[in-house]
Formats: sequence, C-alpha cells, structure tokens
Amino acid sequence: MNPRSLILFGLVACLYLGTGFLQSWNLSLSILNAALLATIAALGVNMQWGYAGLFSVGTMGFTALGGLAVVLVSAKPNTENWQAGGPGILLALILGALSVMAAIFAWRRLPKGQPRMFAVAAIMIGGFFLFRAVFDPNVMAAEAINPQFAGNLGGLGLPSLVAWPVGGLLAAAAAWGIGKTALGLRSDYLAIATLGIAEITVSVIKNEDWLARGVKNIIDLPRPWPVPYEVNLQQDPGFLDFVARWGLDPVTTSTIGVKLLYAGMFGLVLAAIIWAFERALNSPWGRMMRAIRDNEVSAAAMGKDVTGRHLQVFVLGSAVIGFAGAMMTSMDGQLTPGTYNPLRFTFLVWVMVIVGGSGNNWGTVLGGLLIGWLWLVVENVGPNIMGLVTAPFPDSWLKAHLLGSAEHMRLLTMGVILLLVMRFSPRGLIPEK
Amino acid sequence: MDALNALVAFLNFMFIPGLAYGAQLALGALGVTLVYSILRFSNFAHGDTMAFGAMFTILVTWWLQSVGISFGPLPTALLALPFGIAATALFVLATDRVVYRFYRRQKASSTIVVIVSLGVMFVMNGIIRFIIGVDEQNFGDGERFVLNPQDFKAMTGLAEPLAIKTTQAITVVTAIAVVAALFWFLQKTRTGKSMRAFSDNEDLALLSGINPDRVVAVTWIIVAALATIAGTLYGLDKSFKPFTYFQLLLPIFAAAIVGGLGSPVGAIAGGFVIAFSEVIVTNAWKKIFNYLVPEQLQTDALLQLLSTDYKFAVSFTILIIVLLFMPTGLFKGKSL
Repeated sequence: MNPRSLILFGLVACLYLGTGFLQSWNLSLSILNAALLATIAALGVNMQWGYAGLFSVGTMGFTALGGLAVVLVSAKPNTENWQAGGPGILLALILGALSVMAAIFAWRRLPKGQPRMFAVAAIMIGGFFLFRAVFDPNVMAAEAINPQFAGNLGGLGLPSLVAWPVGGLLAAAAAWGIGKTALGLRSDYLAIATLGIAEITVSVIKNEDWLARGVKNIIDLPRPWPVPYEVNLQQDPGFLDFVARWGLDPVTTSTIGVKLLYAGMFGLVLAAIIWAFERALNSPWGRMMRAIRDNEVSAAAMGKDVTGRHLQVFVLGSAVIGFAGAMMTSMDGQLTPGTYNPLRFTFLVWVMVIVGGSGNNWGTVLGGLLIGWLWLVVENVGPNIMGLVTAPFPDSWLKAHLLGSAEHMRLLTMGVILLLVMRFSPRGLIPEK
Repeated sequence: MDALNALVAFLNFMFIPGLAYGAQLALGALGVTLVYSILRFSNFAHGDTMAFGAMFTILVTWWLQSVGISFGPLPTALLALPFGIAATALFVLATDRVVYRFYRRQKASSTIVVIVSLGVMFVMNGIIRFIIGVDEQNFGDGERFVLNPQDFKAMTGLAEPLAIKTTQAITVVTAIAVVAALFWFLQKTRTGKSMRAFSDNEDLALLSGINPDRVVAVTWIIVAALATIAGTLYGLDKSFKPFTYFQLLLPIFAAAIVGGLGSPVGAIAGGFVIAFSEVIVTNAWKKIFNYLVPEQLQTDALLQLLSTDYKFAVSFTILIIVLLFMPTGLFKGKSL
C-alpha cells in the first residue's frame, strides 16, 4: 500500500470516527457493519468484473439466496408443517430437476432435427405438469397448518454460522446454472440474464410461503455463535460488574459491544477473503485470469479455456456475494424479502467497486466503506440540507413536497458520483497496479 | 354458444390485454434496439427514460386538466404527449452531450458505456422520485370503454362480456401509427437511410460523408419519442408507478433480444411474443376450459400455469431459450 491509499483509508476512518463522536457510536457501528457486508459483496463483484471483466447485475439475487440459506439452515424446524407436505414438496422438486436433466440428456443424445425438438419440448412440458401435480397439493397441505405463526417448512435448527457457507453454496449453484447458459455469448446477455435471475429469485422468496413465509417475513433467526443477546448481557453479573467498574451505561455498552463483535467477525471474513484472493491472483491462475480479461483472443490462442475460466470466477464471485447475504440475514435476525431492492443490493455495490477501483481489492474495500457511509448518511443529511435551504420560504405545497422527496436525493447522489468517477477517474480511487 | 363464449372469454381476458401490452413492449424494445444498433450499447436507463417521459406528460396533463382543456372522449394525456416528447428529447440530448459523447469519442468498450448508462439510470430515477414521488399516479380521463361489457352482452346475448378499454384501443392504434411512421422514416428519408448506413457499417458511412453527430442526435430524439409514448401508454393502461418502469427493463430487453437485438422488425415481433406468452402462461384458463368441455369434466381448479407474480419468469425463460438455441434472435439481429 502506498501513502496515497493510506491517506484515503485514513480519511474514510475519520468519517466513521466523526459519526461516532458527533452523533453516536451505535449509529457509526451500524453503518460500519452494513458497509462491511456490502464491501464483502463488492469483493465478489470485483472478482467478476475487476478480474474477469464479466458484467453481472444479479447481486441482489445472490444476496437473497444467502438470506434464504439462513432460514433453511438455522430457523427452528416446524415439524407439523414438514409432516404435512415436506416430503411431497421435496419429491416434486426432485421430479422437476430430473425432468430438466432428462431434457438435457435427450438434447445431447438424440440426432439433430425436428424429432429432437419435439422430444425435448414434450419432456419439459410433461415434467412441468408432473411437478405441479405433486407440488400443489403438498404446498397447500403444508401452508394450511398454523399460517399465522409458521406455515413454512422451517429450517434445520442448526447454528447460524453453518448457514453462511451454505448461503455461498446456494448462490454458487444458481450462478453455475446461469453462467452455463449466458457465458460465452455477448457480454450484455450475461447482464440481462443475471438481472432476470435476481428478480425471479426475489419473487420466489416473496411468493413461496412454504419456503420462508414469503412477505410475512421470518423473524427470530438465531444469532451466530459468539454474539450474545443484549438483554441477556444486561442481566449477566460479570458484564454488569465490568460496566460498573468502568462507569459505563449497561444498555449502551451492551448494544455497542454486540455491534463491535459483529464488526470483528465481518472484518475477519473480509480479511480472509482478501488474503485468499490476493494469493490466488499472484499465482499462475491469477496471471491467466488477467491475461484472459485483457485479451480474450490471445488467451484462447494460448490454449486457455476462456469460457471455463469465466464460469469458474463467476461462480466464485457469486459464492462470496451469497456468503455476505447470509451474514446480513444472520445479523438482522430476520428475512424480509420486501426489502430486496435492486438499486440498493445490486447497483449500489457496483458503485462501490467502480468508485474504489475495479481490479483492486483494497480499492474495493475503500469504495465499499466510503459509499456505504455516504448511502446511509445522505439519507439523513439530504432532508437536513433541504430543510436549511427551504427554511427562509413560507410554508407551502412546494416546500412540503421538497422536504418530502429529499430522501430520494441519495439515488441522485450515487448516480452523479458514479458518472463523475467513470469520467474523470475511470480506474477508481485506488487503481489497479 | 359455449364455443362462442369461450372465444369471447379468450379475447376479453387474454387477446386484447396481450395485444395492448405487446404494443407497449414493442415500442419500448424499439427504443432499446435503436440505441443498440446506432449507439452500440445496451441502454439500462431506458426504463427510466420511459418513466421520465410519462412523468412529464402527466405533469402537463394535470396542468391541462386544471385549466379545463380536455380531449373529448380521449384521454387528455394524448394532448400532453408532444410536450412530454419534447422535454424527454431535450433531457436525453443533454445527457448525450454531457455523458455519452465523451465515451463515443474515446471509442470506449460497450460494457463501459453500459455501466455509464447505469449511472444515468440512477440520476434519472432520482429526478423522477424527486419530482413526482414514488407513489402510484392516475392521470387517465375521457371515456373508459370503446366497447362497454354490458352493451356487448345485451347486443349479443352471450354470457361472457367483451370489453375494449379506450386505453387499449389507443395503445394499439398509436403503436401502429408510430411504427408505420418510424419505418417510413428509416426506409424513405435521407436521414433514415443515413441512420441505417451508420448502423450497418460506421466507417463506410463516415467515408461517404454522413454526419455522425446528426445521426446520433436524430436517434436520441426518436428514442425519446418512442420511450415517452411507450411510457405514457403503459401508464394510461395500467397505472404510473416509477418502480414498475425499472422492472419493465427485463421484458423489454427480452423482447429486443428475442426478436434479434438491432432489428426493428424483430423488436416488434419480440414484444408480442413476450406479451402473449406472459398472458397465456399467467392467466387462469378455468373459464375457457369449462365452456369447451362437457359438464362432467368441468373443474374448480384455476388451470393457471404460473401465478402472475412470476410473470418475469416467463420473459426470462423465453430469453434463456432464445439465448441457448438461437442467440441471434428470430430476425437475425447482429449478435455475437
């Protein structure tokens, strides 16, 4: 790291410290935690875009899959719902997967021509009806039981930490499927396909109540291992003793302590990902990736499997995003599918990567922490500035409208920042070496 | 009689809504395809351009309504449309001057320009939310129906009603007029021919003295007009809500790619393919089925292939099928 980057990191640290001193440490730390999670997702995007030049805008979908994994792994099991429809739903899903596989098999094995097309279409359509025939009654049965409080199959009741890698795996599996179809075509096609898979993933989570209760949300997901609950902490004699000795307020200290613990955990994950990826980049594999990104044709001429490597790095990056999504749901303790919004979960992450410096992990971290802070602070500052600007004017319809819509300033701000960086500093704040 | 009822139900619940939706998608996809073939990038800001045009049209409509001007049985929004187009064209031309021109001169790769268009999308989205907010807005007025369902039932004595909403009729008529004008322009006028030449072979077009700035400016104006018309028609037919326009990106891009990115005829065909598949897959077939089968076979099930919440999945699936089996689309666009 050169002095310039150190100064930039110092400035970003000042932003967080300033928020802590001027407003509150609780706010500063919650911004930091959100920013750290977005930064980890941004590292995944940076793998795809910065190191392989893949333009994917499905970040929201992979984040949501990570969140779903937390529900499936760590929520408490709903035995009655499971008994009512669980095995049937599983069977239906397996049947669906089998018919897709059968269609692929037929496509590969049958000779070219119209009969093959009809055969594949028949297998797909037949498979769909078979799937629905098994699926629908079981879903009805499972959702009918205790719909106010459950209605879903529930999870495995395993610790939250287990869910994080599972989130990565789920996202990786989805990425593999989408990469298999859209990689190797024009670069924009991957963008459109990932945009689609993200929307579909979120609408599945929103509408399939048996899966994660849909828009009725799942709450009370357990916390990951060393993090205690504030309430328990406030009754713990050891903790109270500690607080008393230092003359601190037990409530504030417990909330700050929990947030610090989360920040430490996310920081560890972040460091591990950067360490592993920097190692990979300085290996022959990393040099090959850069060669492919800079000139696909020559890399292919040297015998490198361009599409294969693209698939590899696309899956890897998506797994990192899924991991971050799982950590986010774990920290929030709830899955609220209604909050998954592409502007926040896809395009904001892109702004982080571009502003920080695509192709540079440290740049992405800087961009993530900076943009993460801006995103959450502009939300508060925008209305304040608007309040100051409109203060001298008499109360009117226009003033109320301006005050009301000031919170949308942050979209504008992010767009302007993205455009300015793309124009005047396209390599970002910390450019790739 | 039952067969007739089934036919009327099909027309009423699937064909007519599908036709209107397809016309809206086709107009949107035409804009995307024009930007792609002449400016050579996939414009992610197109959905928000549609929303911007519709928003400005709505503002002018409200003003017209407040001063008491109306368009008789037709929606006032049609009168406001030219103002919306003019404002959107100015905005889009300014965007080109401030943002896109720099990358065009640099000959930046198309992916870079796509990312820039994401930035433009953010800015436009912010402006729209700032001006009109995120809530749903209604701005339709005039007669509600061209063909009233009660009148139809009384006229024919059928059990099933058939309704044609004014907005649906206007959508289809406007779309036909716009598409005809666009094709006439591209095929017959000097500027249109130079646009096609520029799209086919940029270097050769420049060599033969075509002014690229003019071609680009005319393209943006046409795109702004298409986007405003598509956005306003969609808003009249359904309702105006800024976020839905962002979500329209997927079906619009799917339509453009299915038809063949860069091919105007393809964009129109793609729009209708996507719209009708969406309607057929997400509509309940119960009514039609029950008319057609004998009484003992009738069912209480909805006979719906997918719930309407999954309409994106339909455009997505069609997109994937096309990507896998014919990446250049139905009308051989210039892909790959």
